[in-house]
Amino acid sequence: MSTATIAHHDEHADHPTGIMRWLTTTNHKDIGTMYLTFSLIMFLVGGCMILGIRAELFQPGLQLMKPEFFNQLIGVHALIMIFAALMPAATGFANWMIPLQIGAPDMALPRLNNWGFWLLPPSAILLTLPFTLALFGIGDGALATGWTFYPPLSIQGGIGVDFAIFAVHLLGISSVLGSINIIVTLFNMRAPGMTLMKMPMFAWGWLITAFLLIATIPVLAGAVTMLLTDRHFGTHFFDAAGGGDPILFQHLFWFFGHPEVYILLLPVWGFIPQILQTFSRKPMYGYKAQVYAFWGIGALSVVVWAHHFFTAGLPVPALLYFMYSTMAISLPLAVLFFCWIKTMWRGSMSFETPMLFTVGWIILFGIGGLTGLVLADVAADAQYHNSYFVVAHFHYTLFAGGIMGIMAGVYYWLPKMTGHMYNEKLGKLHFWLTAISFNLTFIPQFFLGLAGMPRRIPDYALQFAEFNMISSIAAFVLGLSQLIFVYNIISTVRGGQKATDKVWEGAEGLEWTLPSPPPYHSFTEQPVVK
Amino acid sequence: MLKQAIKKLGFCLLFLLASPLAFADFSWNFPEPVTPMALDTLHVHNKFMVIVAVIFIVVLAIMIYSLIKHRKSVGHKAVADKAPSTATEIFWTLVPFAILLLIDFVIMGIPAYHSVVMMEDTRNESDMVIKVTGSQWRWQYEYMGNTEKGSQAGLEEAKGIKFVSNLSTPQEQIDGTTAPVNDPAKPYLLDVDNRLVLPVGAKVRILMTSSDVLHNWWVPQFGSSRVAVPGFIRETWVQIDKAGTYRGQCKELCGKGHGYMPVVVDALPAEEYKVWVAAKKDEMTQAAAGSDKEWTKEDLVAEGKKVYEKNCAVCHQVTGAGLPPAFPALTGSKIATSPIFGADGKYLPDSHLDRVLNGIRVMPSWKAILNDTEIAAVITYERNALGNNVGDLVQPSQVKAARQ
Repeated sequence: MSTATIAHHDEHADHPTGIMRWLTTTNHKDIGTMYLTFSLIMFLVGGCMILGIRAELFQPGLQLMKPEFFNQLIGVHALIMIFAALMPAATGFANWMIPLQIGAPDMALPRLNNWGFWLLPPSAILLTLPFTLALFGIGDGALATGWTFYPPLSIQGGIGVDFAIFAVHLLGISSVLGSINIIVTLFNMRAPGMTLMKMPMFAWGWLITAFLLIATIPVLAGAVTMLLTDRHFGTHFFDAAGGGDPILFQHLFWFFGHPEVYILLLPVWGFIPQILQTFSRKPMYGYKAQVYAFWGIGALSVVVWAHHFFTAGLPVPALLYFMYSTMAISLPLAVLFFCWIKTMWRGSMSFETPMLFTVGWIILFGIGGLTGLVLADVAADAQYHNSYFVVAHFHYTLFAGGIMGIMAGVYYWLPKMTGHMYNEKLGKLHFWLTAISFNLTFIPQFFLGLAGMPRRIPDYALQFAEFNMISSIAAFVLGLSQLIFVYNIISTVRGGQKATDKVWEGAEGLEWTLPSPPPYHSFTEQPVVK
Repeated sequence: MLKQAIKKLGFCLLFLLASPLAFADFSWNFPEPVTPMALDTLHVHNKFMVIVAVIFIVVLAIMIYSLIKHRKSVGHKAVADKAPSTATEIFWTLVPFAILLLIDFVIMGIPAYHSVVMMEDTRNESDMVIKVTGSQWRWQYEYMGNTEKGSQAGLEEAKGIKFVSNLSTPQEQIDGTTAPVNDPAKPYLLDVDNRLVLPVGAKVRILMTSSDVLHNWWVPQFGSSRVAVPGFIRETWVQIDKAGTYRGQCKELCGKGHGYMPVVVDALPAEEYKVWVAAKKDEMTQAAAGSDKEWTKEDLVAEGKKVYEKNCAVCHQVTGAGLPPAFPALTGSKIATSPIFGADGKYLPDSHLDRVLNGIRVMPSWKAILNDTEIAAVITYERNALGNNVGDLVQPSQVKAARQ
């Protein structure tokens, strides 16, 4: 190696400019930024889709769209929100923050990292292309089966199902690559002295998530591939006429699908206690207990899948097993809630936007968790299943528990990432509008479900009209409030009051020892953790 | 300043929302239960809701106390958590775990166990059996007959009764041409042409299957919900304790008509049930007689129009234009204009009759859903209306022969 190359390597911020910087980058912060930007864009796309649905459901009768288009919207909305908004947001934070938090210069496998990201835009195109073409009258549109792909409906479906299957394959490969990278980074690149049990909580959340992804994504990939061969190559995995069973698909899908819930939530459970300790100005309570609870939840999450289809006709022993094992998840989850509240207890709290989102998150996610406990009961589940009660429940866990948690993280780390403070007033306004309109959107849906309104219907009986109207109005407020979020992020990136290195008075951890924004290569000399 | 503005805005919003709430006829819980299972489900649900509400309020109260007292703005200084003694730690870990285990597996778990066992016990003490078949997008009902217990109890034998139940809300209300009509006797999207009729008080074992995709037969007031799986039989049961009309919907996404396949059940006292069974059997005998009669083309076309608009128009459209590419047009289609029967008098493969009887891909097989007369009529209609003018006709007797 010539001396010239060595000198070249020492220029840390040297990189191509323009589009080539982003296409070829192997820098963890650049890739993290791309993940987060992609996530934000897809969040808005998925949001527009659901506003289309809520507009149609504003009053009884079909006003805006045909049922077949409605069915496409619900499925694509879910796939986008789960795979293209929530998961990339968590991966974006992992890329940005894990090297900073463990004192590493970058991720362990930077090229793989680049590839992991660049698989996402093509899969987003695969997901949305048939849908967009159908808007212009070309083809029969995207998959109309809901995000769950249940056969035989998905076998009947048009080419949109094939597009969605390939999109899921690409997204799955991307997730597995990202997971491998995170595991390798966490096992090999921690600062000297940082044992596993001294890792930041966020790193722990992601470590469990990464293992769950590697364990379950291949099962999903297998299931959708079997679907693909059933559709085109005459196999009968899910067709009783050829000796298959449609319910087999549900087992395979939810073997992935239930851990997926925790895949989405564990990274958030990772940084929530960090935010709490920052704004309570005291160290988080029960670090070890939280780590063990993560393990417990990770392990339980792969053995409870069938509670998603209790009404499909399982034998009594299976019903009882899945009911009791699902209820058992409340134990580790209770530990987490206890630790979060104990971290706040007798602290010296202040309520900047990240803290507001975190406190709101604990309360709303609590509602999601508790209704989940009720849903575990097989008898009552016969009523809740596939009704709006379930819709409300999983939006409390995935919008409140997932997206609002991510928003807390955005406000918490944005000053560190950009070097500028965001607009606090707008942040607070965003929080209050989001929290209030979110509840007004989904509380009516609990009652709609109890009253007997099934989910995924484009039109409904007249007794459901009032609640739907409230829900639709609130959903539009919720959607529009997110424009404040987008504006706040953009203006923070472009300028604003300079952020200090520590940003928050009570911030602890390696990421706060670097300047804001951190240099292009994070820790060129490893810090030592005592 | 901003805080106050937000508070004011919040109160305004709440007030706005609360005022219509006070007057509207909302349903805040499960509808009135009419079967033992629904009653049990309601009890379980109420109990669990109270438990989770108590947990939520207690935890929230502790948290709010902390949020008020332990804030920097009131001058509270952080107090570091001290590691407790091992004995205290074990106590404070085990006690909450014990409470939670008690709630999960005793207070909630034991009633849930009994409910599950009751819910899945479809056979013991049952009086009669019916078969429910879900199809895109209608329900078929078939009375399989009384059990020994049912016959001994003097339950009217309805074996052999079989019919299809379609949504009866007018198409122009559904597609948005006119506004939905609020008629309590025929509620929008929740009324059908042929209702399932069951006797009050009898335990009815329900066998469930599907002819195409997954469906879910659900009546909220019965508390039972079961997926209809093609190629498999699933079971559930109802025992309706109160006469009346009960309405529900399909609960498993089954395609574009998912929102349009309601379930309507009339629960009748024994005497009225007896009258209904007799009338229904009469109707079926007459229909069977129709397939031996020679029909004129005009009669077939007139009858076929009714059958078409009820069963076929949802995909192929009232005009026959279809919704290509998923649902082809019938106007000018090859199948609807080419010959049906070969020289030997048997129907040709891929002919109009073959397609209607046996279906292909998304097109369902109508063999089990429509009777001979209806199939003959609808084929004749499709060939001589909807812009087609083939001129030939199919007699119900030919359909009857083709079924063999």
